[in-house]
Amino acid sequence: MLTVQILIDGFAISALYGLGAVGFTLMFGVSGVLNLAHGATMVVAAVTAWVVAGQYAANPWVAAVAGTVAGVLTAFATYLLVVRPIQRSSSVPAAEREIFVLTGTLLWGIMIQEAVAYFYTDNPKTVRPLIAGIMQIGGVRTPINELLIAVICWAVIGSLWLLVNRSKAGKVLLAASINPRALSILGFELSRVYLLVWTIYGVLAGIAGVLLATFLGASSAQASQLTASAFSIVVLGGLGSVYGSLLAAYVVGYLETLTAYLISPTYRTVPALVLLVLVVYVRPHGLLGRR
Amino acid sequence: MTDTIRALLTSRSVWIALVVLVVLSTLPWVVSAYILGVLTIAYYFGVFAMSWDLLFGFANEVNFGPTFLIGTGAYAAGLLNAHGVPMWVCLIAGGAAALLGGVALAVPALRLTGPYFGLTTLVAVLLLQQFIVIFASSTGGEIGLTMNDILSTEAITNYWYALAFMTVCGAILFTLSRSPVGLILQASGQDRIGASALGFNVVKHKLAAFCISAVFSGLAGAMMVFYLGTASVGTVVDVSVGVQVIIAAVLGGRRTIVGAAIGSIFLILAGEALRPLGQLSTFVVSGIALLVILFFVDGLMGLLLRRREEP
Repeated sequence: MLTVQILIDGFAISALYGLGAVGFTLMFGVSGVLNLAHGATMVVAAVTAWVVAGQYAANPWVAAVAGTVAGVLTAFATYLLVVRPIQRSSSVPAAEREIFVLTGTLLWGIMIQEAVAYFYTDNPKTVRPLIAGIMQIGGVRTPINELLIAVICWAVIGSLWLLVNRSKAGKVLLAASINPRALSILGFELSRVYLLVWTIYGVLAGIAGVLLATFLGASSAQASQLTASAFSIVVLGGLGSVYGSLLAAYVVGYLETLTAYLISPTYRTVPALVLLVLVVYVRPHGLLGRR
Repeated sequence: MTDTIRALLTSRSVWIALVVLVVLSTLPWVVSAYILGVLTIAYYFGVFAMSWDLLFGFANEVNFGPTFLIGTGAYAAGLLNAHGVPMWVCLIAGGAAALLGGVALAVPALRLTGPYFGLTTLVAVLLLQQFIVIFASSTGGEIGLTMNDILSTEAITNYWYALAFMTVCGAILFTLSRSPVGLILQASGQDRIGASALGFNVVKHKLAAFCISAVFSGLAGAMMVFYLGTASVGTVVDVSVGVQVIIAAVLGGRRTIVGAAIGSIFLILAGEALRPLGQLSTFVVSGIALLVILFFVDGLMGLLLRRREEP
């Protein structure tokens, strides 16, 4: 009974973690950017869905789409207002570009978080489940929505896989992650590639944010925590490795669920953090990272 | 050594720092006790930011967890004080504990580079925070730990303590950064392979920088909790405190030490001045810091030093 419960809850949470982390790692792999406004992007998507569903009494699916669009718009704003100006600035030395992008996106994330808190308070926002109802699995009452979340996450991750591995645009993305200079010599516009990757990132983070709102609820105060968990999952799996991130998402998701159920919810994040430190010490490039 | 002293006397940063110090030391006769209290916090923050700048600006290592060092020092001092140990012993112990924590963190972490190093330091903060909350029975958990002793109840005395502390720490860190050791650090930060090819032990120097940064952070953390009379996660450990330290250092101008202190004072005063905006004040402060990063890459000190390059 408890085993089944842990298996189901862990699976849904891990799928959600995976979806959030995949966009983050894809972004790093292709454009070398670690977006510390990640959590804020998810929160914007979640709160937009909440506003559309609540104030305009819209269908939950419409609200979900609106939230995802908001995620994409936030991603564009992050790229155009913060990341691109830093990357193009001639007064930032190339060796320090990374830390400037980190600090810039961090500040931008705080600004988004504060703006959301100002207009919509930092209370957790819960969006109505996309499909209501409960079903019994092995004697455990499970909301159908929880299963739906896992299904949607995997469907999105699957279509991302198709996009990257089976389409021309995906090949361009892969090429950009391996050697951007060669790609631009071959006549591809790198800025378009980056816009594409920010679009994909926005869709992924947006969907993750909306699903989070239907599952656990999302609040602007959580933004930095969401960023930290995506960051640690991505590093655990290996920066830039999509498969590594998925594996790490499941390791972290189940580890947290196990700790919460078997020991105490207070210790929930501790084993995952200790594991992360150990892995980073022993294998700095993460579980499946390349270096 | 004489070269170092001559370099100090002709350096524009030193003169800027002196002017700022003279202005700050006249303030107790000018402004209210409330503002002195705000500035006292800002000076401790200044030490946090200067220690961070030594590590980032000179050794080029991004420490995302300055509050791991600060918090270790603060809580070591606080826990000892709660068991009746006299204050000055607690302060030394705070510095020493931060040094130990710093070494434990740095020895393995310095093998890593770039984002991995930054992440390890960030995780260290999260772990420290978790442990403080878990062992709430002795650490006070989220509520905080109340001190037996405090530095002083007089706002003016506290102000002088903090100002003197910041000045001494700043002088030591600045001299260090302009000394041959500082140059080697800078060289190994900017071109690790080049520096080691010249025969310098890069890891040893970076470790030394980390230790120095740790001692000053820990000491400042311990001083601050004895000023506040309480040690809590929200004031000395939380990631957002670390973020503020980083913002202050970058805002003031990295690789200047003095700039980090000026940035902290500016940041804390700005946060205070914008208090009427309520919730939006953090938004505005972050926005200003973002604009500085986008348009004035070298920060406030960069603006002051712009006309002539540092000798």
